[in-house]
Amino acid sequence: MKHTAEAVIIGGGIIGCASAYYLAKKGCSVIVLEGSDYIGNGGSSRNGGGVRQSGRDPREIPMVMWGIQNVWPTLSEELGVDVEYTQKGNLRLGKTPAHLKILEGLTERAKACGLGVEMIDGDEVRKINPYLSEEVIGASFCPTDGHANPLTATLGYYKRARELGVRFITGEKVLKLLTVKGKIRKVVTENNTYEGEKVLVAAGYESRKITESVGIDIPMQKVKLTCLVTEAQPFMFEQMLGTAEADFYGHQSSHGSFVFGGSTGLEPCEKDNGHGISQSGSASCICRGIMKYFPALKDAKIVREWSGFIDECADKVPVISPVEEVPGLYLACGFTGHGFGIAPGAGVNIAEMMTEGNFTVDNMKDFRYDRFKAKI
Amino acid sequence: MNRVNDRSRDIGPFVPAGDDDMVICRCEEITKGEIRKAVHEGMYTITELRRYLRCGMGLCQGQTCSRLVKGIVAKELKVSPAQLEPAAARAPMRPTEMRILGHEEGVCR
Repeated sequence: MKHTAEAVIIGGGIIGCASAYYLAKKGCSVIVLEGSDYIGNGGSSRNGGGVRQSGRDPREIPMVMWGIQNVWPTLSEELGVDVEYTQKGNLRLGKTPAHLKILEGLTERAKACGLGVEMIDGDEVRKINPYLSEEVIGASFCPTDGHANPLTATLGYYKRARELGVRFITGEKVLKLLTVKGKIRKVVTENNTYEGEKVLVAAGYESRKITESVGIDIPMQKVKLTCLVTEAQPFMFEQMLGTAEADFYGHQSSHGSFVFGGSTGLEPCEKDNGHGISQSGSASCICRGIMKYFPALKDAKIVREWSGFIDECADKVPVISPVEEVPGLYLACGFTGHGFGIAPGAGVNIAEMMTEGNFTVDNMKDFRYDRFKAKI
Repeated sequence: MNRVNDRSRDIGPFVPAGDDDMVICRCEEITKGEIRKAVHEGMYTITELRRYLRCGMGLCQGQTCSRLVKGIVAKELKVSPAQLEPAAARAPMRPTEMRILGHEEGVCR
């Protein structure tokens, strides 16, 4: 087995797989190392499937808008896998005046970035989605948002990159990075040593431990989220949904099942925090959240729930950046649970960053690794 | 238990077979041919197959077909079925209505 490539990517989630695909498309030889036994085993298979621009930090909006305009509409054809992309808008719902205030703030900031998003009242919300309860008094609506299937999108990038000659090795946990003559060179795993001129660390929270070996630290923490899925239901609606307080989020898939994600708020204090195991109360809590907004779903059966961790960055925006102290080392981590919809845009920019050294979007300085400063 | 798994190792080409139309996962109506083809597209684990095709992700959660799927994948990869990790079983163990699952402290205990 050949252990050397132009680029070694650590992390086989959607960011690692998409970056591998776009690098391979540029003619770069790539090895992807995934620590777990499965491709897309972190946040990539543990999210609500939103492909949205609204409700984001303004710093993320140019990249995700670019991806939605240029990549998402034709991604299924490009990868040869149905990623179930549906662009029918995102409703971010509110039930109280305080919720509306949060939504108004998000909407104003997104509009300033050139995004078409509007505040609408309860009746207008129910015109778009008649199943919503009377408790909903308003929402932000962005018609160019949507949703897709994070599992097939991640595996689609993997499949296509593999077809282009990218080597994927799972069950290969990275222990440390080594430099040679001041430049990044070696990636040491439990079983082997790989070498590359360039190394991209896209391993979610685990990136922190890996970059520690070359003296780089990104302030982030692990946050647990739970997802659940219902049995297939008759067609109800096509919008992506979220709430002002993020009680739950999700959509009805093209298959008919509803996929929702959410949290109880107690996750940071769980006694076994550190294990990706669903807590018994999480799915129940998410169900109550859903039923308050969608009373009609009370008889829908949950067939499966699962949990996982997101890598929440200190300022809740990812790090996508070259590392100046270690030439050849690049980071793409800390996506804070917003990493799915932005992944195609991020992947294109990461490939450009690692080859030409420039970016398609012009605000990449917002994602630098050295932006974190103490408050005093 | 993590095991090094090179996804570019040669498992030979996908060869269509006469029984490729046979439905293996009845809940999600996934055929033997779809499963075999997915293995050649890189889905070397049961977990990835489930995420890619939805086989074993329906109402019975793979209780009917998981042994069959494992056998098919093992044959395609030319390994023993014992070498393949089964997919994780997930709560709830039976499909449960939201009004029941969301009411864990009330009368429906």
